[in-house]
Amino acid sequence: MDTQSTRMCEKINNDVLTIAEKRFTSRLFLGTGKFSSIKIMCDAIRESGTEMVTVALRRVDLDNPDDELLQAIHSFTNIQLLPNTSGARDASEAVRIARLTREMGGNGWIKLEVTPDPHYLLPDPVETLKAAEILVKEGFTVLPYINADPILAKRLEEVGCATVMPLGSPIGSNRGLKTIENIRIIIEMARVPVVIDAGLGAPSDAALAMEIGADAVLVNTAIATSGNPALYARAFKKAVEAGREAFLAGKPAELTTASASSPLTGFLR
Amino acid sequence: MSTFLDVYYSLNYSEIEKLIFGASKRDVLYALRKASNGEVIENYFALFSPAADEYLEQMAQLSHAITRRRFGNIIQLYAPLYLSNECANCCAYCGFNRNNNIERITLTVEQIEREAHLLYRQGFRHILLVSGEHRGKLPLETLAEIASRIHRNFSSVSIEVYPMDEDEYAKMISSGVDGLTIYQETYNKNVYETVHPAGPKRDFDWRLAAPDRGGRAGFRKIGIGALLGLSNWRLDGYYTALHARYLTKTYWRSHIQISFPRLRPAEGNFHTPSPVTDRQLVHLICAMRLILPDAGLVLSTREPASLRDHIMPLGITTMSAGSRTEPGGYSNPEGAGKQFEVEDRRSPAEVAESILKHGFDPVWKDWDRTFIH
Repeated sequence: MDTQSTRMCEKINNDVLTIAEKRFTSRLFLGTGKFSSIKIMCDAIRESGTEMVTVALRRVDLDNPDDELLQAIHSFTNIQLLPNTSGARDASEAVRIARLTREMGGNGWIKLEVTPDPHYLLPDPVETLKAAEILVKEGFTVLPYINADPILAKRLEEVGCATVMPLGSPIGSNRGLKTIENIRIIIEMARVPVVIDAGLGAPSDAALAMEIGADAVLVNTAIATSGNPALYARAFKKAVEAGREAFLAGKPAELTTASASSPLTGFLR
Repeated sequence: MSTFLDVYYSLNYSEIEKLIFGASKRDVLYALRKASNGEVIENYFALFSPAADEYLEQMAQLSHAITRRRFGNIIQLYAPLYLSNECANCCAYCGFNRNNNIERITLTVEQIEREAHLLYRQGFRHILLVSGEHRGKLPLETLAEIASRIHRNFSSVSIEVYPMDEDEYAKMISSGVDGLTIYQETYNKNVYETVHPAGPKRDFDWRLAAPDRGGRAGFRKIGIGALLGLSNWRLDGYYTALHARYLTKTYWRSHIQISFPRLRPAEGNFHTPSPVTDRQLVHLICAMRLILPDAGLVLSTREPASLRDHIMPLGITTMSAGSRTEPGGYSNPEGAGKQFEVEDRRSPAEVAESILKHGFDPVWKDWDRTFIH
């Protein structure tokens, strides 16, 4: 069954997101960086209703069994931990970091980030593909962070990635879905879930991503640096749900011209 | 091979001075508008001008907002570990000046590991190895050995030692060092030569091109800065920004950091030629953030606790805490001569608590030793 008809069935039955055979009812994923305290992060996680959070290995002290960040996340029992390779500059670094994340828990799920430029943190497509191939072969469930490149998305799908995670705009920029045209193509072509990652600044950005058919979104900076992270997380939750429902219902077609109630050609009837 | 020297010598220092001191309000407003639109500021000299002085509050607001968006509500902590106070230079402002009569020491590898262990127990995972410039007392091989031992326990190891050539820097990296810090002290060549009357450091060009050599060798972090108080802060600020922008473009895989060390009292009773006020320090930090939204901005314990607490939200990303500037000072305070007087004498735990109280998460670890194999 192709993705389109799969989606039609889901629409009628209960709406569940499945990634690598794991089921998620929430389509909002959270990042854990940039929060002003671990408590505020936990409040935001709770209010968001998320079932998947990503954590950078570079922030976790594996030498310390009482690492606060990791303990805080493990305290949520219904959450899939998604370790990430943030900071990796090439495939070999990413693979090395990924192997270490097995010690963090998360059952071999890995968010693959290969960002050689520390300024805009844009992903390197060549190194990401190389690392993905290796990690999939090693049995990881790989969720790669990519630029909104439809061909790259297909290549990653072909090597066995569990999702693709194209960016909406540069990470941390809060600029919204600037890559929307390519994201539409990625969604149309994808046979794995498409998660919009990076750049979503407002709940309306997330709603738009869901309306055009994204399977989920991942948000961090916007929530972490909002005036009230818990409340903003809740707003994102609602927006993601609203956007998803709008997608399932089917958006009425947009017309470029008005549709007159007394048509000029009415006399022909 | 081209370096920053090409950029530096293509500019005329007195022309730049005229440009900065002649900037108009209109220039400043144009730069501020660019900054608030998230655009590149071409005329950033204006932000260091006297005309910008009255826009400090606006600059601070923008700097705060840009920093939060890019770095979030966190402050990264690190500690310096002084290896040696023996030095072949006679920098007029520095306690380690070879002519000063202080207790000289170069720690043994075992002593260094003991110091590192104390810092580890305080919570530090990012460490900066600092030393006077003396290749005889601290040869490259010894430094490499120290680095590789420290690298076993710490997530991030940086060095602030004598400038090296590219191959030597590569050796440091393969020993586990990910960050290079090297301050030009001042970009005013005349002042530089006056305060560095003898010793290897007198070579302005060799030092100025050191970050290039480090960038080519592949350091992940490159830290630069001017020692504030040596020369006019507006010009040194402009040249630091110019240098940082050059490095960001050229070594695009490295993260560029800028420090704002202000001259502190030290052995030798050097008279600060161009003192920098608190207001001017804040001006520099905010201007730098507007010009370089992604740069790490570092504020050390040279500044007093209350000022550090106030500056914390304005653009700073990285702070040291509990620092001792004499080699061996963590296990044996005041045992040897120090580089300068520390102002913020709070313990690392107290600094972390204050960071949290000001609405930021104190982050001890934001790197992993696995990145360097």
